[in-house]
Amino acid sequence: MNKREGDGVPRKNTDAVQERDGSANSSSPVIAAFKVFQQELDTKHDKYERLVKLSRDVTIESKRTIFLLHRVTSVTDPEAILKEAEVKLEGVRQKIGQIAEELRGEDIHQFHRAFTPGIQEFVEAVSFLHYIQHRSLISLEEINARLVFMRAEKGSAEDLPPGAQVLTFQVTPSDYLLGVADLTGELMRMCISSVGNGDIDTPFQLSQFLRQIHDGFSFIGNTGPYEVSKKLHTLRQSLGKVEDACYALKVRGSEIPKHMLADVFSSRSALIDPEEGVI
Amino acid sequence: MSVTEMFSYIQGFLSADQDVREDIRKVVQTLEQTAREILTVLQSVHQPSGFKEIPSKCAKVRELFCTVRTQIADLKTKFPMEQYYRFHEHWRFVLQRLAFLAAFVVYLESEALVTREEVAQILGIEVVREKGFHLDVEDYLAGVLIMASELSRLAVNSVTAGDYTRPLRISNFINELDSGFRLLNLKNDPLRKRYDGLKYDVKKIEEVVYDLSIRGLAKEQESAVEK
Repeated sequence: MNKREGDGVPRKNTDAVQERDGSANSSSPVIAAFKVFQQELDTKHDKYERLVKLSRDVTIESKRTIFLLHRVTSVTDPEAILKEAEVKLEGVRQKIGQIAEELRGEDIHQFHRAFTPGIQEFVEAVSFLHYIQHRSLISLEEINARLVFMRAEKGSAEDLPPGAQVLTFQVTPSDYLLGVADLTGELMRMCISSVGNGDIDTPFQLSQFLRQIHDGFSFIGNTGPYEVSKKLHTLRQSLGKVEDACYALKVRGSEIPKHMLADVFSSRSALIDPEEGVI
Repeated sequence: MSVTEMFSYIQGFLSADQDVREDIRKVVQTLEQTAREILTVLQSVHQPSGFKEIPSKCAKVRELFCTVRTQIADLKTKFPMEQYYRFHEHWRFVLQRLAFLAAFVVYLESEALVTREEVAQILGIEVVREKGFHLDVEDYLAGVLIMASELSRLAVNSVTAGDYTRPLRISNFINELDSGFRLLNLKNDPLRKRYDGLKYDVKKIEEVVYDLSIRGLAKEQESAVEK
């Protein structure tokens, strides 16, 4: 208010100023109504912030799980790592349980923007683990089936209908799709590192799997959300790298001793040069 | 489930989603048409001759709101109600316009701020989410803010038309609105952006009031009425 009075613009007379200050304190219907709006907006914003926080936690833990899973290829005892990853993902699952708790009775689409990055990362981690264990793509139903939470309501459990204690979180098809698109990047990295370890079978399996996913995305095309078409470009690049790796293994794999395969591959991916094949 | 099956399942979901959006868009287009008609009727209050016709214009607008109600009823049938926010973006703009138009009509009739319940009633929708198609509080507030800039225009034009008391009443009203909005803790979102424009409307109306009072025009008419 002080600033406004000092800025040289014709000011309204003091009576009106006093009147305004008076109206701010009074309990006029307008002020009363806005107090209600204030409360409603604050409640909503608080909930949104809590969800953003949970989503960040989910993202971080999922990322760590993915890093952990990348170690599988270079370690003699993969079972231990897979166990550890499962434990980590269980922790993430609990966080998603908290998200579901926050969303109880709400329209999940109203707050979707707050937690979508976390959920995508979770889909990525879960599907990565699933691929390592089963060499197949986890389905949306399987993910959703895992996100069912039982809540032990203290005391009031008897009053509640049985459905109220079971809390589900539904990953939307778009989030699933975006998570799977991110998965392809991880698979590409896994392919490159497995070549480094002299593993020749994995790259071929991976290139086949990636091709299936790529075909799937091409099938969806631009009917999906806007982000999908953006990720499709990255997916093409990942697929190209994996196919190049398989090509290099096929052409030169038989000529070169196994312990030198990594060198062959790294020189190929480093300089993509038409003359390289001639050397 | 194979990769191909999974993707065709998701593709099915996505195209169903697109069909719903297509349906919604069609209804929203008709709503926008009606909203423009209402706005055209209300714009005439800025004409010098329009000031005398305010009651008849309002009556006409009230009639047009019946069309809005049937169109919104149609919109409600296009998607499952619990997915309101999934498609919110499609009708957010038009709903804000309609909230503005309802608020403006109510102001012209009674010079009072429309409540959220009244807007919901005029549009034939609910106030709380649980009951169905509702008026989001942010959309209501956005509508009220559009009205504020319309009123600052009305203040200027009412002086031109020779009505010197109306700007004073508008000024009081807008000031009250301004102190109401000051109570809110807005985030950095579209509503906040729009609220930032409110101070210019306040300023404009204050200037009009200032011009009138240094020339004694406001008092003159008051005393003329008293005589």
